[in-house]
Amino acid sequence: MMTATHKTAATEHLNIVIVGHVDHGKSTLLGRLYADTGSLPEGKLEKVQAICRQQGKEFEYAFLFDAFLEEQEQGITIDTARTFFTWKERYYIIIDAPGHKEFLKNMISGAARAEAALLVIDALDGVKEQSKKHGLLLSMLGIRQVVVVVNKMDLVGYRRDVFDGIEKEYREYLDQLKVRPERVIPVSAKQGDNVASRSERMAWYTGPTALEALELFRKEAARSQQPLRLPVQDIFKFDARRIVAGRVSSGRLRVGDRLVFSPSNKTANIKTIEAFNVEPLPTEAQAGQSIGITLDEQIFIERGEIASRQDDLPCVSTAFRANVFWLGRRPLEQDKKYALRLATREVDCQVAIIHRIVDASDLAHQQGGTFVGRDQVADVTLRARSPLAFDLVHTFETTGRFVIVDEYDIAGGGIITELVHDEQEFLRDEARRRDFAWVKGEVGAEARAQHFGHRSALVLFTGPADASKAFLARKLEMILVAEGRHAYLLEGENLRRGLDADLSQSDTRDTVEMVRRYGEVARLLADTGLIVVSTTNPFGLAHHQVIETIRTLVHPTPVIAVQMSHIKPEAEEPPPGIDLMFAGPEDFDAAARQIVEELKRRGVLAHAIGAKPTFQYSI
Amino acid sequence: MKHLRQLEHQSVYILREAYKHFDNLAMLWSMGKDSTVLLWLARKAFFGHVPFPLLHIDTSYKIPAMIEYRDRLAREWRLNLVIGQNKEALANGMNHTLGRGVCCTALKTNGLKSLLDEKGYTGVILGVRADEEGTRAKERYFSPRDKNNEWDFRDQPPELWDQFKTTFPPGTHIRIHPLLDWTEINIWEYIKLENIPFMNLYLDRGDGTRYRSLGCAPCTFPIKSSARTVDEIIEELRHTTVAERSGRAQDEGRGMELLRKDGYM
Ligand SMILES: Nc1nc2c(ncn2[C@@H]2O[C@H](COP(=O)(O)OP(=O)(O)O)[C@@H](O)[C@H]2O)c(=O)[nH]1
Repeated sequence: MMTATHKTAATEHLNIVIVGHVDHGKSTLLGRLYADTGSLPEGKLEKVQAICRQQGKEFEYAFLFDAFLEEQEQGITIDTARTFFTWKERYYIIIDAPGHKEFLKNMISGAARAEAALLVIDALDGVKEQSKKHGLLLSMLGIRQVVVVVNKMDLVGYRRDVFDGIEKEYREYLDQLKVRPERVIPVSAKQGDNVASRSERMAWYTGPTALEALELFRKEAARSQQPLRLPVQDIFKFDARRIVAGRVSSGRLRVGDRLVFSPSNKTANIKTIEAFNVEPLPTEAQAGQSIGITLDEQIFIERGEIASRQDDLPCVSTAFRANVFWLGRRPLEQDKKYALRLATREVDCQVAIIHRIVDASDLAHQQGGTFVGRDQVADVTLRARSPLAFDLVHTFETTGRFVIVDEYDIAGGGIITELVHDEQEFLRDEARRRDFAWVKGEVGAEARAQHFGHRSALVLFTGPADASKAFLARKLEMILVAEGRHAYLLEGENLRRGLDADLSQSDTRDTVEMVRRYGEVARLLADTGLIVVSTTNPFGLAHHQVIETIRTLVHPTPVIAVQMSHIKPEAEEPPPGIDLMFAGPEDFDAAARQIVEELKRRGVLAHAIGAKPTFQYSI
Repeated sequence: MKHLRQLEHQSVYILREAYKHFDNLAMLWSMGKDSTVLLWLARKAFFGHVPFPLLHIDTSYKIPAMIEYRDRLAREWRLNLVIGQNKEALANGMNHTLGRGVCCTALKTNGLKSLLDEKGYTGVILGVRADEEGTRAKERYFSPRDKNNEWDFRDQPPELWDQFKTTFPPGTHIRIHPLLDWTEINIWEYIKLENIPFMNLYLDRGDGTRYRSLGCAPCTFPIKSSARTVDEIIEELRHTTVAERSGRAQDEGRGMELLRKDGYM
């Protein structure tokens, strides 16, 4: 590894990636840059020259960069390598991303860390597909500062018309991606023209040299001026403090600030900002910092939620539209299950629609499909199994992008371009507003849970009319109460006769309202800390639709949906939205036990009923 | 100074990701400057606690002062110290005169391998820096190692946007490198900024030499230096053109590349 000397103390650091088609001259450009700025360790140049003489090879500036012997044998940069040099008080971390097609994933790993990019194009070879693909990926990775270097000008006689042609072609291409290169520079890395010093052979060019272009890159402004986003990374309880840990991805926060956690809609105020070896404790924090806070209220929140202020919330939905790039060995298939990771949230997802595969060489070209192949870019709609909080990438970078995990490996990434409205959106908004405005008493949910020995939950039985739903529901209520839990049977019929007396079951608009009222009643009962056991009839609507609506309204109270049927279900796994399935009549005691186990597994019931219940998960 | 804090926050984020995702996690601690900074960062990340064991692969040839320092910090910082040693190789008389690569492989690589096997750690945190030498510049923050502990640097999973490889097939493990972006100067600047206790072997104690990198006594040589304070070390590093590990015999020739492919740290 080459570590250039640190002659002066650098005051600023800048990550730069260098990309381009293989053999267009990235390594040579870097070798030349280092040599001409006197950044090489003593004797390095001479040593490499001596080795070349020994082996009877012509000296190449590129050799300076080949840290592995294998690379020299193959002549290509295998993985992302980083080199460093200091120039005029700035410390440059140069990420050398391989241009070879097979190593696109390495190029992406390297480029994703960069704040600016140098894109190299061979003047003789011209704009290649990889040059275009790299431009496309840089735009997706959110790198806005791009300088194009047209290299090997010596091979085209330093001609201006050749340079102008390439500049025009490439600018037109990038323009479609809304990428505006800051500069296009004609150089010869091999001869040293316009690298560190101005070339007399290209007097027609009056812009900056490659080295000057580096100096002109701006340091990315901190995102602390934007609204607050703090994705929850973990909850620590190493000692008496219950610390919510996370990295502020944008904005700033202060002790006393009111935070809203999405998608759970829980709210609390910041009590302290904790820190180790800091006296006195900080009172504020901002974008980029990995922090820990304590809250004034013991609310139940989990990793993956995003804290923000109430007046600037992230989107919450189960679906969004995105541009994805795929790097996996196996293609990205429509309707197959993958894990999606967005900031600290991980959720199962699938590609619902592939709108188009983006053809890097011809962006206007339309092409659909049912899968996205390796190294392809596509415009897709993704659907997640449960609602998640996110932003659109053009407003918030960190919470507007995600990766897709296929089995064990990250196999793709994407940026969110659009919120896709799902059926629950209207109700979710209503629930959100109602939760924010909810007037709380002095006794919080945590205190109730400690007192009752369980959290609240809703067990929802569905299935045909004579499938013994009611029988099992009653059994469950009895067992729970006999065990000392606080359970209540909510009978849909009772609501119909009273609360819903003004509504007619034959009018769909009315039945939708009945579902809403039912959900609000369940929400109220859940707030009292009860385990609500319920057999609703589906109000004439489809079961899955009713269950989804109720989940939205009682969110984040856990809902356990139990489906009863006459015949033994064919599928081993319950359908989406259903947690347990029973074919009746069967052993009702066993079935009720299984539901109790599910309540334990979901952390609703503490394991033992004792003086001080301990829950499986963090409180 | 701002840059140091950026490095700190990134390392803390990585440490917390590691802790969240790996049930059986451990950190290697060689008592050198890098892994001690790493240990300090763990205390930062977990608010004074170190919620995983610290592994020391004891070759028995370490400089005695290093062992004293280890035991003192372990006591003061209430660390869970796990010491591994390839006793069999030592009983059979393994030492550096049998060949440096051979000795490192037996006592360090194999010592680590058997400790990992015995304890079943699936995540191992190391203080590797990208600027140390060529192979380390190619590491990811989370780098997989296969069943034989080997590293396939040609085919590593992508790593972007602070999303790391945290799932892996049974029998393999992940090496986690929170210090990848730090340089040797950053390490010293941070030691100064946070006032982290370090071994005085790194300073000139009157004979005009100091250690720049610490390993086994027979294979680590001091460099000529008159740096008596951290500030003087930083000043010296700003002007040196000599590689950091020049006092480490194992780096000669292709030594490091071969060692690291096989699972050396
Ligand atoms: N004539 C000429 N050849 C160059 C120039 N820059 C690079 N090359 C040659 O192009 C080949 C590929 O260069 P290299 O830097 O390894 O390309 P990379 O794959 O992009 O890193 C080497 O043989 C270089 O000598 C240049 O400016 N002029």
